[in-house]
Amino acid sequence: MTYGIIRKDFVIPANDFTIAGEASSCVKKMLIQLGVDPQKVKKTAISMYEAEINAVIHANGGIAEVEIDRNKILIRIKDDGPGIPDLELAMQEGYTTAPDSIREMGFGAGMGLPNMRRYADKLEIRTEVGKGTIVEITVFLTDN
Amino acid sequence: MKVREFAEQLNMEILTGQKGLEKDVMGMYICDLLSWVMSHASKGDAWITVHTHVNIVAVALLVDIPCIIIPEGIVVEEATLNKASEEDIAILRTSKTAYQIAYEAGKLL
Repeated sequence: MTYGIIRKDFVIPANDFTIAGEASSCVKKMLIQLGVDPQKVKKTAISMYEAEINAVIHANGGIAEVEIDRNKILIRIKDDGPGIPDLELAMQEGYTTAPDSIREMGFGAGMGLPNMRRYADKLEIRTEVGKGTIVEITVFLTDN
Repeated sequence: MKVREFAEQLNMEILTGQKGLEKDVMGMYICDLLSWVMSHASKGDAWITVHTHVNIVAVALLVDIPCIIIPEGIVVEEATLNKASEEDIAILRTSKTAYQIAYEAGKLL
């Protein structure tokens, strides 16, 4: 594992499911190349993918900023979407506001945020209605 | 068992490139909720789904799923097949139902 800090930004395009998931796939490949423990790679990839898909479904895309250092992987997904009016409700498994067209694709089952909470070591969400949402996912690489 | 042999034994059509056929199939998972698949499928599982859009490839990649099985002869989008070939994920298709596929796979795996 390298001792420097690796930073990489990705654009998450609006309403484009053909590209949705590219950023998380790319980060997964980076982490494998860096020799990160497979379990931590999986945690990072799943939680980032969920956040990425949410940005596509709900917020016309956004950006993903990824920082990797020797202690942690930090993923920040920012969007200028509608924000989440009731975050506590949105965190409940099965709660969804996704339209039928999205649900028919196998998304929008109300598992995105719960999956992020399950797989991230630390999850911080800052959201403001009408302004947007910032989701910060941290996966620790060291035990302390 | 390699994807190639698995596909042959179950008489499935291989819709994608050759490179994806050399991975190992170790189990099977059947589900159409993508978030559920991501959090519950295991590395090496062959995944049966009725979805055919390109994001099934992203899900397979994230979970290290070697092959996606499309049941009941469903038509798969060209973009999905191209992406899968690019990422060495095999997409297999059969006219059988998910139950029939799983029943036969259970005797092989």
